[in-house]
Amino acid sequence: MEHQGLNLMDQALGFHSNMTQQPWPLCGRFVLVEDCVDTSGAFVLHHILKRSFTSRPSSAVIFLAFAHPINHYDRVLRKLGCNLSSQRDNGRFFFLDMLMLQCPVEGKPKHDGLATVFEKIERAISELHPENKKFVTVVIDDISCLEVAANGSSNDVLDFLHYCYTLTSENGYALVALNHQDIYSDGERPAFMLEIEYLADILVKVDPLATGLAKDVHGQVMVLNKETQKQQGISSIKVQNFHFKIKENNIEYFYPGTRT
Amino acid sequence: MAESVCRSLRDGALEGELAPALTIKDSLSSPFGFNVFSHILVQLSSHIVAGKSQSRGMVIVSLSRSPSSYTGLLKMNEVDVESSKKWIHILDCYTDPLGWKDKTRKSGDIMDPSNQILSSYKTVKDVNKLFSVICDLGRGLVGENKSRFCVAIDSLSELLRHSSMQSVASLLSNLRSHDQISSIFGLLHSDLHEERALAAVEYTSSIVASVDPFHHSVDGQGSYIRNSSEPNLTKGKLNVRSKRRNGRVRVTCEEFKVGPSGISFAPVSAVDGAAVAGLIPKVQFNLQLSEKELVDRSRVVLPFEHQGNGKPIQIYDGRRSLEESNNETTPISGGKKEESGRGEIIYFRDSDDEMPDSDEDPDDDLDI
Repeated sequence: MEHQGLNLMDQALGFHSNMTQQPWPLCGRFVLVEDCVDTSGAFVLHHILKRSFTSRPSSAVIFLAFAHPINHYDRVLRKLGCNLSSQRDNGRFFFLDMLMLQCPVEGKPKHDGLATVFEKIERAISELHPENKKFVTVVIDDISCLEVAANGSSNDVLDFLHYCYTLTSENGYALVALNHQDIYSDGERPAFMLEIEYLADILVKVDPLATGLAKDVHGQVMVLNKETQKQQGISSIKVQNFHFKIKENNIEYFYPGTRT
Repeated sequence: MAESVCRSLRDGALEGELAPALTIKDSLSSPFGFNVFSHILVQLSSHIVAGKSQSRGMVIVSLSRSPSSYTGLLKMNEVDVESSKKWIHILDCYTDPLGWKDKTRKSGDIMDPSNQILSSYKTVKDVNKLFSVICDLGRGLVGENKSRFCVAIDSLSELLRHSSMQSVASLLSNLRSHDQISSIFGLLHSDLHEERALAAVEYTSSIVASVDPFHHSVDGQGSYIRNSSEPNLTKGKLNVRSKRRNGRVRVTCEEFKVGPSGISFAPVSAVDGAAVAGLIPKVQFNLQLSEKELVDRSRVVLPFEHQGNGKPIQIYDGRRSLEESNNETTPISGGKKEESGRGEIIYFRDSDDEMPDSDEDPDDDLDI
């Protein structure tokens, strides 16, 4: 188990330094990561993935991959010091390869589409060892590819995300998803992205620097953390902004202007 | 005012009238609509339990929050949910709105059979069936007599996503016209829908409460508050527009603040007005018009404006003086033909502060 200090991303997401004692901060929450072509936000997914394995022994991850095969994540996480293969062997990492998924077109007899994908998630959760069922994180990479697999039906995607969200409220699981905001932000359907933003408890927005490419700063991150008391609604909104630099084996986070 | 809204819902409908309907409208720039919704839900529930409202029961249609969060909310606010006289029923359209979970679970309804206040609904796209289920549940609460119940719809946005604008608007109208429904209220996210869908819901509501950001932002994109130095992340304004029985519309504004203990309302502070006035940039020249300047400006006659003296519209084309052309009765050709005897041209002056580079070129129909 790693004992390194918390970085800015950890603090923004609500992680504590003594994570085995404190509850998993993402329990029952939906983390939405938004990125764009200029700056990929996949590193946030990798960070959360690594944290979910290292923070406590009895956690599990169900990973829905629409964008990359498992080898990709294996290589990336290995550089970050996490062995996905051994986690899979330990029954703590379930990789659902959805790269070839193509939902049947509406009107055809078996138009279950994303309902069957949800079924797979539920089955994967039921196959988990009871010990690992306490802190389950469902990761979706990514929503845009999920929409392609659903034949462009954003309504089906929203229904699917709703169902995944019910897992957070019913069972206290965590849901993490990546979305490419520049696909939707100035199209005819900005409402699709806004719908998901409404659903999200934590929004991590990854953008390029306004000044363009730089060698030492790869982009900026805004983390918007809605503290909700689920019964009453939002009690406070915390916003944090910082910059990041992606290095070979880790990611550095720092406040703007603190790097020369 | 939030209190007057609660009172309107509590007092309910008069005989032969449509039930009052409240729509709470918010957006991502001020996402506190649910806070207002839960506040009103708790207030109305307290009135129902105390027997102080026209409604004797409440049906909550939960689409975007789990039913347990509502029971938790009411218990937290010391409203008795499990009283012997059943007054509340929650229609669960959240857990399995499309029946997907039926496929994995052999038994259709895995709800605890001893839970009397919860029913699951798995066909959220069928709005007609939803209406009849709501009515049945309400009648189950208050009986078949003249007693009334109220209806709370968790998210009208979810309903609009699942079905058409027309069916949602007709659901709201049908609920309002039902003789056993005392009042209805629902939550809507304004940035998720087209203008016409919003307008349709607003037309079918008698009260629209708009949850707005504390300072109106220039960015109309409806994005979250991005600036971390924004001090008012938990404050906002509630603008309420109520249609009264006599046809008049009452508009009120209130400030609200959310916190761990819930939402609190206060009258708009005078300080804010001064702060907003201070945002106007101070420049060295006067941007305002004096009274005399305003009067003079209104007296300026534009070239194509009707003279108001019954004569045909004259064009001053610069080649002759205005007095000479007064004797001419040549009607202008082009876009503004005037038929003698029948019809007339009514020219509406454009707004005084129309942008100079607007799309419409006033000289487009000029034919010299």
